[in-house]
Amino acid sequence: MSALKLFLPLDSVAIAMGADDVADALQNEAAKRKIKLELVRTGSRGMHWLEPLLEVEKDCKRIGYGPVSEDDAVSVLDAILGDGRHDKCVGLVEEIPFFKKQTRLIFERCGVTDPLSLEDYKSHGGFEGLDKALNIDGAAICEEIMQSGLRGRGGAGFPAGIKWKTVSEAKADQKYIVVNADEGDSGTFADRMIMEGDPFCLIEGMIIAGVAVGATKGFVYLRSEYPIAERVLNGAIVNARAAGVLGDNIRGTGKTFDIEVFVGAGAYICGEETSLLNSLEGKRGEVRAKPPLPALEGLFGKPTLVHNVISLCSVPAILAKGAKFYRDYGMGKSTGTMPFQLAGNIKYGGLFETAFGVTLGELVNDIGGGTFTEKSVRAAQIGGPLGAYLPPEMYNLPMDYETMLANGAGVGHGGVVVFDESVNLLEQARYAFEFCVEESCGKCTPCRIGSVRGVEVIDRIRAGRDHEKNVTVLDDLCELMVDGSLCAMGGMTPIPVQSAVKHFPEDFGIKQKQEAAT
Amino acid sequence: MLAKIIEPYVGRTGGLISALRAVQAEVGYLPEETEAVAGDLFNITRAEVKGVISFYHDFTREPKGETVVRLCAAEACQAAGGRQFVSEVEKQYALKMGETSASKDITLEPVYCLGLCSCAPAAMVGGRLVGMASAAKVEKAIERVKRERVS
Repeated sequence: MSALKLFLPLDSVAIAMGADDVADALQNEAAKRKIKLELVRTGSRGMHWLEPLLEVEKDCKRIGYGPVSEDDAVSVLDAILGDGRHDKCVGLVEEIPFFKKQTRLIFERCGVTDPLSLEDYKSHGGFEGLDKALNIDGAAICEEIMQSGLRGRGGAGFPAGIKWKTVSEAKADQKYIVVNADEGDSGTFADRMIMEGDPFCLIEGMIIAGVAVGATKGFVYLRSEYPIAERVLNGAIVNARAAGVLGDNIRGTGKTFDIEVFVGAGAYICGEETSLLNSLEGKRGEVRAKPPLPALEGLFGKPTLVHNVISLCSVPAILAKGAKFYRDYGMGKSTGTMPFQLAGNIKYGGLFETAFGVTLGELVNDIGGGTFTEKSVRAAQIGGPLGAYLPPEMYNLPMDYETMLANGAGVGHGGVVVFDESVNLLEQARYAFEFCVEESCGKCTPCRIGSVRGVEVIDRIRAGRDHEKNVTVLDDLCELMVDGSLCAMGGMTPIPVQSAVKHFPEDFGIKQKQEAAT
Repeated sequence: MLAKIIEPYVGRTGGLISALRAVQAEVGYLPEETEAVAGDLFNITRAEVKGVISFYHDFTREPKGETVVRLCAAEACQAAGGRQFVSEVEKQYALKMGETSASKDITLEPVYCLGLCSCAPAAMVGGRLVGMASAAKVEKAIERVKRERVS
């Protein structure tokens, strides 16, 4: 009798919700019944309210059961071996509306394949992009990226093609690819999910980038809060080396590229590229003044392509399917797809990959289902701790870089954190400053000291001391931080603060300005 | 003893940080002599080593409790009742964030995002991830970590 094959995620969310206990319970139960059980640990599909989501394949389609607890192991196993019926059965996984509505170019394999199996990866379209890249020259690869319109997915949205071209044309004896996997923004987990669920996608993207710009060495700067991603990624690198995908003779072409994972030591600022480079050199993660750009003088002073995980994971599909295919998704200057992450007080939290242009309201209400507390949504913070708090009247805005920018917000890394009516925006603004106090690298004064003063000013506003004057001081302080900070930490901390004041003045005790009677 | 842990990292990219992580994994904290030993081996000043140690949240110069309980204090967890969750845990163990119990069995500390924002609030108890966390769930996780340590 062939083994019973089941799929269960090893993703951090699934494990945090008990997937490992479910795995043990299933194995025990199978052993008791003398059934051979092959339990494939996959990535997550991103429908996190269903985790742990157990899947079984029937007629080449996956049927899901979720959220499964260890107590369900016996009855779910009965169902799978029987007629399939069970309270926890969610039917065909890919037919679930949340999943079906997506365009998965990056997360195509996530939740489907065994993240450590090269065989699985290849049989699901893996390395098609790399093989194309290995047959054209570096300049042609850079041109393809340029034509695709891909922009940095870390938050800045800088055109990737320009960055690639700069590094590629720089003259040096050594160049580097550095992956920014220091995903510290609250409300974001796309990097973590792809590294845990489809690490070869990142590896492939990195090799393509290396070949394109003439770099032979790549580093993944991974945050220490992601131990499972570290384990999976290192396992995938070992397997890729063994298969000749990494090393001195990539896929028999004689080209060299290798990857090392470097684990940080807990510092939000290390998500800023120059701080990250200092940290990777084993130093304090203080930011560097730009110029020189890392593309010309980066790691150890050598030309370095620093990219976010999702930026590089977008690359294999662009090469495999062509720039035009990719460019046809999205809107305006925001081409392709973005993995939006729905988090906080939301009924259907998880990862939703779709083309730019989806509105905030669609994400929060239609896809996310509103709040899990069943109260009305009062605010959503877009793009991490340095992102704006937006009220429901702005949810008709399409998610794309330019629209968000024009409205005092930003797409950032695609995180959307939902708050219900119990939120107090003064407290959230205060927290933005507190976070900056905690995480400022200390190099420049507006950020290091301004953040401390920000907390104090908000406390005075809350206490009603010289209210009007302090509201003015707050505004002034924000302006100074924006103008005077070296990097986005100090420069963007005012965004959540000022958006909170602007859209939720009542929480700051600010009365709507009456027209002065003259 | 420290030199033996640190030595393999000399000459590696970002070696100092990796070495400090290794010392902490082995010893539980960074003893005072770490600065001198690492400084010698990496051929940098003690001040530079001290600067690196003091910069990163993960490094500690004091021994922590046997089980480190990290509670997420970031926005997505706040949105899901994280502030209340943190104060409940603080009350349950009569500890504030950043403190270690007198019996040295637990340390409470904040962490800014574990990437579990879609099943918030989140916690990490002795390396175990806990989603949709509550004070009761944290207690269960601590007991479990203790049990596993014994066995």
